[in-house]
Amino acid sequence: MNYFPDEVIEHVFDFVTSHKDRNAISLVCKSWYKIERYSRQKVFIGNCYAINPERLLRRFPCLKSLTLKGKPHFADFNLVPHEWGGFVLPWIEALARSRVGLEELRLKRMVVTDESLELLSRSFVNFKSLVLVSCEGFTTDGLASIAANCRHLRDLDLQENEIDDHRGQWLSCFPDTCTTLVTLNFACLEGETNLVALERLVARSPNLKSLKLNRAVPLDALARLMVCAPQIVDLGVGSYENDPDSESYMKLKAAIKKCTSLRSLSGFLEAAPHCLSAFHPICHNLTSLNLSYAAEIHGSHLIKLIQHCKKLQRLWILDSIGDKGLEVVASTCKDLQELRVFPSDLLGGGNTAVTEEGLVAISAGCPKLHSILYFCQQMTNAALVTVAKNCPNFIRFRLCILEPNKPDHVTSQPLDEGFGAIVKACKSLRRLSLSGLLTDQVFLYIGMYANQLEMLSIAFAGDTDKGMLYVLNGCKKMKKLEIRDSPFGDTALLADVSKYETMRSLWMSSCEVTLSGCKRLAQKAPWLNVEIINENDNNRMEENGHEGRQKVDKLYLYRTVVGTRMDAPPFVWIL
Amino acid sequence: MITELEMGKGESELELGLGLSLGGGTAAKIGKSGGGGAWGERGRLLTAKDFPSVGSKRAADSASHAGASPPRSSQVVGWPPIGSHRMNSLVNNQATKSAREEEEAGKKKVKDDEPKDVTKKVNGKVPVGFIKVNMDGVAIGRKVDLNAHSSYDNLSQTLEDMFFRTNPGTIGLTSQFSKPLRLLDGSSEFVLTYEDKEGDWMLVGDVPWRMFITSVKRLRVMKTSEANGLAARNQEPNERQRKQPV
Repeated sequence: MNYFPDEVIEHVFDFVTSHKDRNAISLVCKSWYKIERYSRQKVFIGNCYAINPERLLRRFPCLKSLTLKGKPHFADFNLVPHEWGGFVLPWIEALARSRVGLEELRLKRMVVTDESLELLSRSFVNFKSLVLVSCEGFTTDGLASIAANCRHLRDLDLQENEIDDHRGQWLSCFPDTCTTLVTLNFACLEGETNLVALERLVARSPNLKSLKLNRAVPLDALARLMVCAPQIVDLGVGSYENDPDSESYMKLKAAIKKCTSLRSLSGFLEAAPHCLSAFHPICHNLTSLNLSYAAEIHGSHLIKLIQHCKKLQRLWILDSIGDKGLEVVASTCKDLQELRVFPSDLLGGGNTAVTEEGLVAISAGCPKLHSILYFCQQMTNAALVTVAKNCPNFIRFRLCILEPNKPDHVTSQPLDEGFGAIVKACKSLRRLSLSGLLTDQVFLYIGMYANQLEMLSIAFAGDTDKGMLYVLNGCKKMKKLEIRDSPFGDTALLADVSKYETMRSLWMSSCEVTLSGCKRLAQKAPWLNVEIINENDNNRMEENGHEGRQKVDKLYLYRTVVGTRMDAPPFVWIL
Repeated sequence: MITELEMGKGESELELGLGLSLGGGTAAKIGKSGGGGAWGERGRLLTAKDFPSVGSKRAADSASHAGASPPRSSQVVGWPPIGSHRMNSLVNNQATKSAREEEEAGKKKVKDDEPKDVTKKVNGKVPVGFIKVNMDGVAIGRKVDLNAHSSYDNLSQTLEDMFFRTNPGTIGLTSQFSKPLRLLDGSSEFVLTYEDKEGDWMLVGDVPWRMFITSVKRLRVMKTSEANGLAARNQEPNERQRKQPV
């Protein structure tokens, strides 16, 4: 029942932009559903196999922006075999056929091919924005088509993709008439870059705000680029190595001083640390600093840089910073909201690695902290309890103790109480990753307290099925549950089949679930795709004769409205 | 490879870094009952801590287990949970750094006994990680984890599986082969070549495995017809043809 004409309601809906809210709106009544679907421009699809492009387009014919996610999260760690799926081509083909006015495509963990990029570039006249995160399957030839054919390209943002670099001339494929670039990120490309083409492109892009270079762009080229683009807001430095001759270095220092809009700095894939001081003049403006690929920046150079960054909100760093370095961060960066500390040395615990002390220092010094990813050598319950007290506002808390099953290094107890304190104090916690020695108790706490939890990552934890059951029963908002190497089996899996309808997906690898358990689940829940992934098994499990009791190596299940997918490879068995 | 049995035989129980199954069954799992079975089936966790101390032992075990163990089960995959892109960058950085440090240490020596064998010093210390493999006629390269392989045969088998079994684009090329491709003995349509740290392309198989994995930068499965000019390692430098991939 509407008191206003549809146009007015639609106008009101224009102010509602979050996906969650728009989804909620569409559930109010038939009339609102209809108005909402015709006015929806941005759609987010968290699992590309939950729906198909035809149904998407039928419901949202005015689609302008599409976000798609393909492979499950553990694919990042090579747990999902290469040919598993997540192909974008059928989507692009369907969108092209429908003549929808696509302007933006954002893909994560999908398989993209040069053919799909070519088709994309030719099919949508107003295409503006391409963001690819952790994708693979394409080469710089595909990038060349995008560059050449998308007349109004605004964003080309390539984050951590596997791109075959044919050392071609993709950068020179941008026509001279292309002046609309706002974002250009090719840091993940490994090959040579045509520096002349790059400089000319940057020079003719007055709106360029974000520029992230790859390894092949040396310091003197950087200086020239920054002279062309003093308006830059987000800079990814490529190669910062080799002592620059004094002229290049002077030029760089001068150019940097003029970049008064610079707020975000990253890269330094190869770096001469003593040249970092060139950036000191603009550090006080920085809100984001990502040095997680800068293996050569540590020690006093790093500390000096950080001491200049008083306004930092986001810091991604390597653990070579050490606990002492984190104490400097804690005392300098009072606005810090997000911290990620990555391991720098896989050759076996360096002395400068971080411990629980660094984490505690950060929690004490940075009251606004709400997201953390922390790789460390050791942890204690006491430290986690303190962290929980200092920072009750965590939204994301991901702790990775490098050695699996490691207990509290002081008391030798499991870390149940520490994580328990975190979930109890942090009432807004949405994402949690566990590590260290953990029993079923931690899951009892999580089920009891983590009411807002949407994503939980479990590895080498728990004792019995009770652990998993606590989580499934307690966490009402759970969306993504991923478990590896934990003793959870069929009892937990089958206890409440309807729960999986409220979740996006469940991943279980190297657990105790059996084939017959999975089969029973698939029977009870036809609206689920239950995938068994057995890459190493040349004989199909059913042919073995041990059938029921055989443990499933990898299980991935997800709700879907379009049934079994047709593009699964032979080693994926969909029950 | 160190199996669970060997681990039990006298390794210190507190060396949690050496074995997942070890940690699971003894000291670390306090209050856990009957969970041993579950852990026993896990693969062994090879942290990089293994490398310095057990380099030679591992090689010896590899030799004895060569035929028996499948190439992929020598490590627990995906731990620590670092994105593969980041992991490769990290590993390549460490490799370059170690090699550079070793070279500089080598240069400082007064006695110049074996200038090229810096590889011996870095052996076992440098995590090689994933390296790129391209094949003639296939647009998209793949990556292979050299750490997960113990010999040329292992590697050859993996590459065969990668390019000829699962890639639909190449199935037609080898439909006449019902037996292994034999990339290493020159009898098939393709040969396996690699680019070393100096940028030269060589045939795979001429040097000891461990020397190979420390000097290889990337691999290419090349058509035999194109590979005729490639050098074996013992040829004169000026006889080598520098082949750049397309």
